[in-house]
Amino acid sequence: MTPTAEATGLRKTALNSVHRELRAKMVDFGGWDMPVEYSGLIAEHMAVRTGVGVFDVSHMGDILIRGPQSLAAVQHISMNDASRLQQGQAHYSALLYPEGTFVDDVIVHKLGENDYLLVINAGTREKDVSWVQQNVRGFRCHAQDLSDYYTQLAIQGPRAVDVLRKLTNADLSTMKNYWFTYGTVCGLPNTMIARTGYTGEDGFEIYIPSDEPTSRRVWNEVLEAGREFGILPCGLGARNTLRLESKMALYGHEISETINVWEADLGRYCKMDKPEFIGREALEQLKAAGLKRILVGLEMIERGIGRDGYKVFSESGEEIGSITSGSPAPFLKKNIALAYVPPGYSQIGTTVLVEVRSQKIRAQVVPTPFYKRVKK
Amino acid sequence: MPFPANYRYTREHEWIKVDGGQATIGITDYAQNSLGDIVFVELPKVGDELSAGKTFGSVESVKAVSDLYAPASGKVVAVNDELNGAPEKINSDAHGAWMVRIQLKDAGEVNKLLSSDDYDKFVKEEGGH
Repeated sequence: MTPTAEATGLRKTALNSVHRELRAKMVDFGGWDMPVEYSGLIAEHMAVRTGVGVFDVSHMGDILIRGPQSLAAVQHISMNDASRLQQGQAHYSALLYPEGTFVDDVIVHKLGENDYLLVINAGTREKDVSWVQQNVRGFRCHAQDLSDYYTQLAIQGPRAVDVLRKLTNADLSTMKNYWFTYGTVCGLPNTMIARTGYTGEDGFEIYIPSDEPTSRRVWNEVLEAGREFGILPCGLGARNTLRLESKMALYGHEISETINVWEADLGRYCKMDKPEFIGREALEQLKAAGLKRILVGLEMIERGIGRDGYKVFSESGEEIGSITSGSPAPFLKKNIALAYVPPGYSQIGTTVLVEVRSQKIRAQVVPTPFYKRVKK
Repeated sequence: MPFPANYRYTREHEWIKVDGGQATIGITDYAQNSLGDIVFVELPKVGDELSAGKTFGSVESVKAVSDLYAPASGKVVAVNDELNGAPEKINSDAHGAWMVRIQLKDAGEVNKLLSSDDYDKFVKEEGGH
């Protein structure tokens, strides 16, 4: 058993003391002292799938790219086509190395003609900021790290809209997935409200000032407004199982500096018809050369749980790959995993073996995402 | 939750309750709380031999795997199969949810384990609160 270490030298969000008052279990997540669970991972996971939950995701980073050539700069540093974004729209994208592998995945928001906001991962914040600043140098724009200015709350689940509706004057009913707007939230004017998240469920992310009293007040108002819908504060544990059921990539697991876009099966967000972006050339060659491995979904069909790093074997006993993320899936009530295997083993229905400590258990390649919400 | 005074404890967070020449073994409330929602247990079979200090199975929560260490040596005489279908019983009643019953090989081994007071002190130091 791992002891709960006293948090020393870790970074804290403005809500750190709130999490501790709620007696959350805290963990070191990429240098941040973050809540992993409050009432229990399964209950929190189920709240988001069937009702609503709220997450403190203030550890995420935010980079503003501003200037007359901000669009050209964003086009150069990211793989999706930002020219297709309208003001108030966002999309999933990634920052790539020239090798076609990942610096990080990002959500790009078009704030205005000359303003783009990139929401990036916590663990890669410093790396991302310096990488972006270096790579937009040739453009008339500048990249500013706004990460510390915001407390970011994710209100997620089928009842998220009902909770947020009580707290804002913004019209949420006409707001589409991956769009954002501004409104008064909990008395805070001009608050950015995005219909985004990392759970595979409907939901919103709001960006409020990061001072402690405001952060605490809004967090508590969200919990109060959500009480009638059974809202639960949710930690990184549920965030991970929710994103895994929905097959959303996690940096350092499904994507990294040694994994390319095609392998990660994220080609639909990579617009090769764009004239130029960092990594494009390598991706063209990689595509022509053919894949050596590809990300697949596995479901354990024998008793056992495949977890991060466990090896995958063919039925004949040859080692063919490894699991990047694996866990019991609380909503699906199955043991699922994402793994890299050679394309020859990626066919739906293929049986493979997962080495679970001393024994090898059977697993099957299944369609992904494992969970897909029914859209209303 | 207090740790029963009539149990003995390991530093790996198992408890053992002696009953004549036999004993039942489980994990402590502190352990279940650290693990979180328990979804899976892997236990030995009746007839298997447990060896003090060696692993005899595992317990898994959604987010972690933890080995089980035998507090004392002995042959397994019963396994609590109920836990296979309802591992969450360990969360709700850790000190009642026994995993295996063994025929003790050497009752003296148990006396070397932590008392409830010593275990309580140990987890307070380990948990830092």
